[in-house]
This record gives sequence, C-alpha cells and structure tokens, in this order.
Amino acid sequence: MKKIETKQEYLDYVDQKSPNSPILKNCFNAFWVGGLICSIGQIIFDFCKYKGFDDTSCSTIVSIILIGLAALLTALNIFNKIGKFAGAGSLVPITGFANSIVSPAIEYKSEGYVMGVGGKMFTVAGPVLVYGISTSIIVGIIATFFV
Amino acid sequence: MEFIQSIDWMQLLRCFVVGGIICIIGQILIDKTKLTSARILVIFVTTGVILGALGIYKYIIDFAGCGATVPLLGFGANLAKGAITEVQTSGLLGAFIGGVKASAGGIAAAIFFGYIASLIAKPKIKKQ
Repeated sequence: MKKIETKQEYLDYVDQKSPNSPILKNCFNAFWVGGLICSIGQIIFDFCKYKGFDDTSCSTIVSIILIGLAALLTALNIFNKIGKFAGAGSLVPITGFANSIVSPAIEYKSEGYVMGVGGKMFTVAGPVLVYGISTSIIVGIIATFFV
Repeated sequence: MEFIQSIDWMQLLRCFVVGGIICIIGQILIDKTKLTSARILVIFVTTGVILGALGIYKYIIDFAGCGATVPLLGFGANLAKGAITEVQTSGLLGAFIGGVKASAGGIAAAIFFGYIASLIAKPKIKKQ
C-alpha cells in the first residue's frame, strides 16, 4: 500500500490538488511561480555574466544552482507544498526535473541504496532523458546530412 | 552594489512573462488532459528538442533569456543545439556526443544532489 501511495506522490502530485479548483486560479499561480523561478535563474545568470563567465557556462551554472535549490527544498519537504500550490509553475522549469529525481530517491531509500535510491531515482526522469536524448541524437543524425 | 545597478529590468520582465506563459501551457495540459506529470515533462523536453532543431527556440531565448532556458523546453533545445554544434566539428559521432555533453552539468547535478538528498532526508509517510 505504502509503495503505491509514495509513487503517486511524485507522479501525480499535481493531480492530487483539489480537483474542483478553478483552472484560471491554477494558471495564475503557475504563471507567477514559474515566472519567479525563471527570474531567479535570470538574476543568477546576470550575476555569472557580471563575474565574467561566458553564456554557455552561465546557463549551466543556473541549471546546477536551481537543481541544487530544488533538491534542498525537496529534502526539506517544502517543494511538495510549492508544487501543490503552483502546479506546472514548479513542474515545468528545471526544478520539476530535479524534483522528479530527488523525490523518489528519498522515498525509496528504504529499498536500499542500489536498487532503491539508485534505481528508482529515474522513475520519472528516466523517460525524460530517454526521449530527450534519443530525439537529440536523431536531430544530430539528420544534421550530418546538412553540414 | 554595482551588480544590482547592472540588472536589465526589462530583460527580467520579459523573462518573467515568457517563463510564466510556458508554465501556463503546462498547467492547461495538466487541467484539461489527464496526462501524468511524467508525460508532461517528456512532452516538454521532446518539443524543446524539435523547436531547438528547427532553430525557432533560439529566438525565444534571445528574447526572454532564462525565461526560455530554465523551463524544460530549454533543456530540450539545449540538447538539440549541443547535438547540432557537435556534428559540425566531429560529424556523425557528434550526434551521439553533443546532446548529453551540452546538458551534462544539469543531468549530473540532478543525480548527485538527488543522491545526497537521499542520504540526509527521511522518507515521508503519507498521511492520506
């Protein structure tokens, strides 16, 4: 029983919000929380740029810091509360990707560090990487014909 | 603070609005369809790869900065950009190297921080 519930917690944490809540309110919350997360990223980006990093490094630093913050907030069980409130606002930015790795890693700790943490970590992020990376390889293969 | 004075507020506003709009699209997908969040993430990343490959997403990034790169669409676009750039230097091999290389920082950080978090945090027993 517990296993199914914890799995649903990160798979459907958005769906678990009250089903009768109006879509306009959800969209508004998603808008400003999502916008805020991107703006935090932008400020980090500007700061890295100010410190003399190039654009690519700045973007990578932004991703790493936002992922780190999302991991910390997930570990403190704050991210789930933000997710319930903001829906896609915290899911769609890179923080949602981080949460989808960190949340099962913590939940499946009881199944051991290899198959529990190490294996279940990719329950949601795995498909994202499979489809993202596979599509990018197809794009690369097509690109070789045009270079 | 010299840095605070150097912040481009219009850029920040564009970032906020575009980032927010991308999240609204995600919210509409959640509310109007019964897609799980995993599927929505997959859709966003794959769409990002395709938009990046077609060269459309570049304009959104130029306009909105992190408002376009922070959402998962940007993660996908970055995969595509990496693959195409690497193909130009190493040919077909680049198709396999480029995408992951460009996104390595984010992927590695998520795995590493996930592992660290699992060491320090206790699993929550759901009270439902």
